[in-house]
Amino acid sequence: MEAVVFVICAALALFGAGGVVLARNPVHSALFLVMTLFAIAVLFLNLDAQFLAAVQVIVYAGAIVVLFLFVIMLLGVDQAEDLAVEPIAGQRPIAMVLGAAVLGLGIAFVAFSTNGSVTGQPAATAERLDSITADSQMVSTELPDNQVDGTEVVPNIDQLGRVIFTDYVYAFEITALLLTIAVVGAVVLARRPGGEVQPIPATRQLVLADDSDDDAAGLDAANDTDGAADAASAEPSGGADA
Amino acid sequence: MVSSTAYLVLAAMLFSIGAVGLLVRRNPLVMFMCVELMLNSVNLTFITFGNELSDIGGQVSVFFVLVVAAAEVVIGLAIIVAIMRRRPEASADDLSVLRG
Repeated sequence: MEAVVFVICAALALFGAGGVVLARNPVHSALFLVMTLFAIAVLFLNLDAQFLAAVQVIVYAGAIVVLFLFVIMLLGVDQAEDLAVEPIAGQRPIAMVLGAAVLGLGIAFVAFSTNGSVTGQPAATAERLDSITADSQMVSTELPDNQVDGTEVVPNIDQLGRVIFTDYVYAFEITALLLTIAVVGAVVLARRPGGEVQPIPATRQLVLADDSDDDAAGLDAANDTDGAADAASAEPSGGADA
Repeated sequence: MVSSTAYLVLAAMLFSIGAVGLLVRRNPLVMFMCVELMLNSVNLTFITFGNELSDIGGQVSVFFVLVVAAAEVVIGLAIIVAIMRRRPEASADDLSVLRG
């Protein structure tokens, strides 16, 4: 049963990943990404990580991809990209070679690791588990074989919460700080410079598009918009004076 | 019972696909999605090893990776919005200068 679930979800994940890379429309890429993320969430369930499977669906598929779609649709960049054009000569073969090298490295690591397993050094692992048991953290060793004993099964989220709020509590606090900084940074970056009522003038894009040779024209255009803004701001005061 | 090797090979394949996409595509948003793909494959590796070693630390790592990925996406999309508002058809080739 687990093997069937694995095969189906692995196929879906690989298909979605290929779709992300090959889809011409960014919206289709985002939807393929949702498919891959769901398949990986099911694989997390297969690996006894129930809480993270739920978080994967909520955070990734629910928040991050929706954020992507918001940006794509707000900016209106959902026109299809022409994949036949190769802007840098020889870029794709080099990318393929690099990707194949990374894949070969990963598979070689899995295949040729010591004594047929991929878990690293067993001695170090056993030692580590012993030391963890000797510490206050009893939960991590009891993860899979509680059911055999017939004792109470510690749920996945209990173990995770206990470890996060004891051993990793400083990292957790720093994470909170990081999210706060991210929110402030997003607000600062997405703010329009130079006042809130100023629309984006067409002249401004021209100034930025070819900035080197039309500096005088660009300055004139900027002065024009400034003059317009000045006039707009001066008009109500004049009305108040009258 | 699927062996951990199968999960690790799947994660390596997903990582490679994401890396190739990051190198090949020109749209910054699609490149971002490929980065997410690579992050997810690494998450899968973490959880596979955590399951294999019966250690909850792998899942804790994935938890923190998820949080950092969320923050990274927020900042990255804000930068992309700030750039694309000025130049709507900007591709990664045009963005060699960090000036908005």
